[in-house]
Amino acid sequence: MTLNVLERDAQKLGEGAGEMSSGQMATWEGSVEELRGLVSERAMTGETMLLNMGPHHPSTHGVLRLLLELDGEEIVTCLPDIGFLHTGIEKNIESKSYEKAVTLTDRMDYLSPMSNNAVFSMAVEKLAGIDVPVRAQTIRVICLELQRISSHLVWLGTHALDMGAMSVFLYAFREREKILDLFEMLSGQRLMGSYIRPGGVWRDLPAEFLPALQVFIDDFPRRVKDYESLLTKNPIWIDRTQGIGVVEPDEALAYGMTGPTLRASGVNWDIRKAMPYSGYEQFDFDVPLGEHGDVFDRFYVRILEFHESVRIIQQAMKNIPGGAFRSENRKFVPPPRAELGRSMEAVIHHFKLWTEGYNVPDGEVYVAIESPRGEIGCYLHGTGGNKPRRVHFKTPSLMHISSLGKVSQGHMIADVVAIIGSIDIVLGDSDR
Amino acid sequence: MSVHIAKALDPVEAMRKAHADALIDVATFKDEVTLIIKPETLVTVARYLRDTPGLIYNFLSDISAVDYFNPQGGYDGRPERFAVSYHLYSMLYNRRIRVKTFVAEEEPHVPTLTVVWPAANWLEREIIDMMGITFDGHPDPRRLLMPKDWDGHPHRRDYPLGYEQVMFSFNVEDIIKHKPNAKDGQEENTRQ
Repeated sequence: MTLNVLERDAQKLGEGAGEMSSGQMATWEGSVEELRGLVSERAMTGETMLLNMGPHHPSTHGVLRLLLELDGEEIVTCLPDIGFLHTGIEKNIESKSYEKAVTLTDRMDYLSPMSNNAVFSMAVEKLAGIDVPVRAQTIRVICLELQRISSHLVWLGTHALDMGAMSVFLYAFREREKILDLFEMLSGQRLMGSYIRPGGVWRDLPAEFLPALQVFIDDFPRRVKDYESLLTKNPIWIDRTQGIGVVEPDEALAYGMTGPTLRASGVNWDIRKAMPYSGYEQFDFDVPLGEHGDVFDRFYVRILEFHESVRIIQQAMKNIPGGAFRSENRKFVPPPRAELGRSMEAVIHHFKLWTEGYNVPDGEVYVAIESPRGEIGCYLHGTGGNKPRRVHFKTPSLMHISSLGKVSQGHMIADVVAIIGSIDIVLGDSDR
Repeated sequence: MSVHIAKALDPVEAMRKAHADALIDVATFKDEVTLIIKPETLVTVARYLRDTPGLIYNFLSDISAVDYFNPQGGYDGRPERFAVSYHLYSMLYNRRIRVKTFVAEEEPHVPTLTVVWPAANWLEREIIDMMGITFDGHPDPRRLLMPKDWDGHPHRRDYPLGYEQVMFSFNVEDIIKHKPNAKDGQEENTRQ
């Protein structure tokens, strides 16, 4: 029977190949007519070739599909296609109370769950008016910067791997593993800890966390030098990256690019500096800028951000304020477990918060923070009840992928791989 | 080199002076200013906010659509069922503003902003796909996230959340009978 199916498929394939003419093509669009206006007229006549890349291509960092129109090996048009990782997170949050929705946000940008937790928590805090103690803010800064390092490490490893530098991948993931161990200490989870919650963080820093973090921070700058010695002055790396995928500053702004991708084009905009949140204004750090806006600059800006994140963590570790690690406002934040045994009020609060949740006003807020990839924004609209009317995440990857067609125009196929790597996309982030 | 930077204008006052006919209302909530405008004036207002010295909202942060549908009836005190919110940011003056426009339930449509910001392209495509609001003049109005033959717009409030009942040996036949709508005949997803 298996053979029959195979034979039938082979027959079909043969028929298809025989009938294939300029008006038909072997992609999911069905016919080239559907793409009129999106690809050039030459594709209509079959003069240029339409090639499907992905969604299972290893260099697309997940499930990104590109429809490339090629003239020889040169890209005439590049049409990105996303949605393969759409999980309906925004829709799901509409039926969850605010506290319970935090775990869903982890799953969006799976390389930086802490940023997602933070932006959602901050939107809820703004809408409901929940205070965040200073200790919680500093713990958040440490987490967010660790997350930035870990996310950049994955980017560095995979980007270099795409370009044929296998060893960087192994080194980068070795260091990332140490950060994941630190997150496990904090939240019990390596990847999706839901550690940052509305009102503060889930629990206080455990005693062994700061010494372990110190060991990592003392060691890490030396590791960055190792990566640099493998790549920054490597002539093959420079050949593959310099002058490729150039984005002019005004173009980057028009296409909504943010984060290191925007700063590599020389635009000095970092939300941590422009609109400080969670106490970022107390820390002394620089915003690395690029000049040319090419793949190399995007690479080098992120390498420099490693050092800046280390600086921020060092400053934060020196003086972590005392006090509560989450808000004492019992109407929004559950009481500590120990209180449940001796206070009736605590039991009531606990029960109310974990069954019904809390009500937030019927209003809308937009909160944006600097994730490792750029501006991640949360537009939150309450109903006056315990569930949101609408939550929308503005994600940097969506904007970056939408500009991919523009950036990769005129380059070779092999350069597209370099460009995808350099804009650091996460498909979970763009599809949500 | 000295660059003259115009003094920052109050966006609400500037709008009242220049485009009073476009402005329906101004709302301030949690220090966020929302300009509620007529949908047909969207492109003019966006250009005005982007290019006027003293405003220069040069960066489009986000576009999102809200559905005010209430299963008990009405639109929760809003005039129309849908709203589209544009979040603009001014890098020069470091401030944000929200431009909001309400659209009716029947054939909801607003003009596209891709002519002002190319960044609007995919953000609007997402709304076309998920909320079913069309953008007049959009260069590429295909679905963005859902498959192209998908029925309905999932982010609408009356679109069921949907779930699969857990399959056991005792109910497997019942579930398969209801495929592809395995949820049929079960309790509706309640909304509070």
